Formats: sequence, C-alpha cells, structure tokens
Amino acid sequence: MQSTPASYTADFEALRPKLLAFTLLQVPDKGHAEDLVQETMLAAIEGLTRYSGTAQFDTWVYSILRHKLIDYIRKQKRGRQLFISDEDTSGLDGMFNAKEHWNADAIPSHWHNPEDLHMRSHFWEIFDLCLLHLPSNTARVFALRELMELETEEICDCLGISEQNCWTILHRARLKLRGCLEKGWFLKESNA
Amino acid sequence: MKSCKQASFLMSKKLDTPLSFIESISLKIHLAMCKSCAECDSQLLSIHTLCQKRHIDTSIKDTDTTQ
Repeated sequence: MQSTPASYTADFEALRPKLLAFTLLQVPDKGHAEDLVQETMLAAIEGLTRYSGTAQFDTWVYSILRHKLIDYIRKQKRGRQLFISDEDTSGLDGMFNAKEHWNADAIPSHWHNPEDLHMRSHFWEIFDLCLLHLPSNTARVFALRELMELETEEICDCLGISEQNCWTILHRARLKLRGCLEKGWFLKESNA
Repeated sequence: MKSCKQASFLMSKKLDTPLSFIESISLKIHLAMCKSCAECDSQLLSIHTLCQKRHIDTSIKDTDTTQ
C-alpha cells in the first residue's frame, strides 16, 4: 500500500512504448502523441494514491490515456483533417472465394474458452500486435469503437465519414483481427 | 441467400447498431445453415466482450472521498 512513484518507475518505462503506439493510432503527430503520453504518466503519478491495486497497473494507466485521447479526438473534430480511407478496400478478398464463401484456409476454427482471456496479459500482447498490424485507419476506427467504446455515430462525426463507411471499416478490422488472433493465439493454445 | 461475406458484414454491424428486421432474419437463417459463419459470429462477439472486459475494472473509480 505504501507504493511510491519511484517504485513504479520501471513499470512506467516498460509501458511507455506501448502507450505511444496506442496513441499514435489516434494522434499521427509524434510530438503531440508523446506529449499526451507524458501527460498521462504525470496524471498517473499524481493519482497513485487513488490506485487501489485491484486493477492491473497497466490497464489502469491505459484508462487514463483513453480519457485523454477521447478528449483530444472530440476537440479535434472542428479542425479535423480529411479522413483518408485505407487503400486496401479489397482487404477481405483473400478470405472469401468468388462466390463469397470462406476460402479453405480462412474458415474459422473453433476457439477454446475465449471467456477468461482478458485476465491473461500475454493474450493482450498478441492482440495489440494484431491490432497494430492492421492498416492504420482501420486500426484507428477499431480502437475508437472497441477499446474506447465510442458509438459509431460519434466516430463518424469525429472522423467525417458515413456510418456505412464506418461499418465497412469495422467489418474489415474485425475479420482481420479474428484471423490474426486465431493464428497467433488460439491455434497455438490448442496445440499446447 | 446471403453469402458468407455479406453475413459476416451483418455479424459485425450488429455489434454496432440494431439490425433491421430483414437483416436480422436473413442473418439468422444463414447462421443456422453455415457452421463456419456461426463460429465466426461467436468469435466476433468474444472479441467484442473481451475488449469491454479489458477496461471493466480499470475505469477510474471515484474514490476520492476516502482521503
């Protein structure tokens, strides 16, 4: 309980690159992204007395960053740059055949016990790798929707895209992420 | 009948917004007939709920009153 800022220094340093990668999804300007990460760390240090220790330290810091990013995105709205959709509009072609049925190597396998995975930090490492592997705008929209839990209506408003476009991007993101998680985690788990 | 690609679009869309009656019915019929899509549907839902749980105990609680 007597945790001091100093005792978390190593944790902070380990987290910094991950926080920056997560921030860069939403804030392309690196200098600005680094400032936001810095602010998050300062806020976390100031808030250490309130950190109960029940949540994992890194997810607690993420939640602070998440609030800061949502603030940032909402403020950016007026001066937003035109959201350029990713180049890979045909990104799902490899998964489906000409009749739009699953290709043999893309058929979903059965996942064993996905329910308890949120407790396993190694799963989230794979998850983050899969997320960052997506084209940047696809990853951006997915993170806004699933990790920051904004409604699609607000995402569209902030990014200046149509809801149809938003659903299309999320569809692509989810299927690619599904495939990546299956290869990176579930197939390995079932062989273990 | 809908293709798997179209069905997967609706599986994803229903995580973001309620489907229309027609969309919902045609997805259900497809899922009843297509094992691969049924698997995919439950996996997309798993990813959705896992992402929510990632933050479940991390929301900054208003515990300021204790100090």
